[in-house]
Amino acid sequence: MNRFEFIETSLKRNIAVIELNRPRQLNSLNRKMVNEIVGAMEEFDRDENVRVIVLTGKGRSFSAGADIDEMMDDNPVSLEQLNQFADWDRFALIKKPILGAVKGFVFGGGFELALCCDLLIASIGTEFSFPEVGLGVMPGAGGTQRLTKLVGRTKALEWLWTGERISAETALKHGVINKIVASELLMEETMKLADRLVNQPLLSLRLIKDSVNKAVDYPLYEGMQYERKNFYLLFASQDQKEGMTAFVEKRKPNYQGK
Amino acid sequence: MFETIRYDVKNGIAWLYLNRPDKLNAFIAQMNREVKDAIKAATFDEQVRCIVISGEGRAFCSGQDLAEVDEKMDHGQVLRDYYGPMIKQIRQCEKPIVAAVNGVAAGAGFSLALACDFRIVSERASFLNAFIHVGLIPDSGNLYYLTKLVGHAKALELSILGEKVSATDAVASGLANKLIPLDLWDEEVSAFAANLSTLPTKAIGLIKRSLKFATELTFEDYLEQEAQGQRIAGLTIDHREGIHAFMEKRKPVFSGQ
Repeated sequence: MNRFEFIETSLKRNIAVIELNRPRQLNSLNRKMVNEIVGAMEEFDRDENVRVIVLTGKGRSFSAGADIDEMMDDNPVSLEQLNQFADWDRFALIKKPILGAVKGFVFGGGFELALCCDLLIASIGTEFSFPEVGLGVMPGAGGTQRLTKLVGRTKALEWLWTGERISAETALKHGVINKIVASELLMEETMKLADRLVNQPLLSLRLIKDSVNKAVDYPLYEGMQYERKNFYLLFASQDQKEGMTAFVEKRKPNYQGK
Repeated sequence: MFETIRYDVKNGIAWLYLNRPDKLNAFIAQMNREVKDAIKAATFDEQVRCIVISGEGRAFCSGQDLAEVDEKMDHGQVLRDYYGPMIKQIRQCEKPIVAAVNGVAAGAGFSLALACDFRIVSERASFLNAFIHVGLIPDSGNLYYLTKLVGHAKALELSILGEKVSATDAVASGLANKLIPLDLWDEEVSAFAANLSTLPTKAIGLIKRSLKFATELTFEDYLEQEAQGQRIAGLTIDHREGIHAFMEKRKPVFSGQ
């Protein structure tokens, strides 16, 4: 039974899949939906049967953006009181790897949601865009920040100012996505990558994510110190003992995720 | 629905006739749009397994209608707004597209024929890269396709000298796939399209996709895309049918699925 109104979730072989489920609205995001997505992610983050989280959308598009009707009549005070973007802050706290499988339109809030993923795989023909400027506003859920950190100020300003559509090839060139695959194989290829991660030592993946994220925000010296602590910390894990013993004994390691 | 073209679907084949015979089927903005819309319709129509583009009357297409050109025209913008979207729609289509070139294909009419997968020509057909005669360069993807079809030297010659290529020369130089005698035209065009419409449509689309990758990607990246293409083909019903028919020593019946 589906506990959610706007998403669907499933769990197979240690991989949790979250699917945006408003295909007729091209998975446009409303507030409840974002709340459901981040809530599901937090549950999977705590669930020890889950090692990797996959985020995708039902239908032809990942997400065409935020639900405009919902916010049309808002004013600064109502937005401040609602504090809807607090839900978006919670994405950054997910510790497990998040793979985004995107296709079709990845626009506005949909693009911001994609940028909350750690790795992105896109179907051929996927188009990205921040069209907010055309509505007299701008991204509000991290678009200007995450995009700039990814592609640099020059490209970010161009894309955010013009609202132009960015092809998957261009997105790949600028490091926004990891890989382009045939649309027929989007899920199959995403699950293959997820399977690879499932077999990696879980604590390494977590602390690598933690350290890489710090590299984006910290000055280099502080980042180096932070990395070191995480490196030391892994020596408290069983998987470190197993990994290094297996290496010395020239056999395949058998990781427990501990 | 359409005014400058005729479009019908019969027996799995979409027939698209450029239909301004008194203007030798010259392009106006509306015809660019209608060709684009028809190709899009055929792309999404599950009945359609082959598309044929031909011209009503004695010409295939004489290119841009010069009556529409004036001094204020921004030629680049016309390409971005009309010809480019039309040619892109054709390029995105993964079904086989045949240009049945019944008469002259000049300028953008030549480009339209080049953007198709097959060019079959009647004895009355000819190709003419006419742009140079009005001081312009071949457009609508013309040189992109032309250099691949006939090579750099011939593409240059056709574009700079702007000489007419007869139907026989077109076949000899690789511009066209097949010459059809006048009296057999309708019959053989139909047979050519009918044959395409019974082949494994998905595999045809994947071959078209792979050929695009072959010119766009490095060899290593190409091999990865090839693997994905073969994976997709391997999942089709037509692949299974092909294998079964081979085992059972009978002719396969492909559904396009």
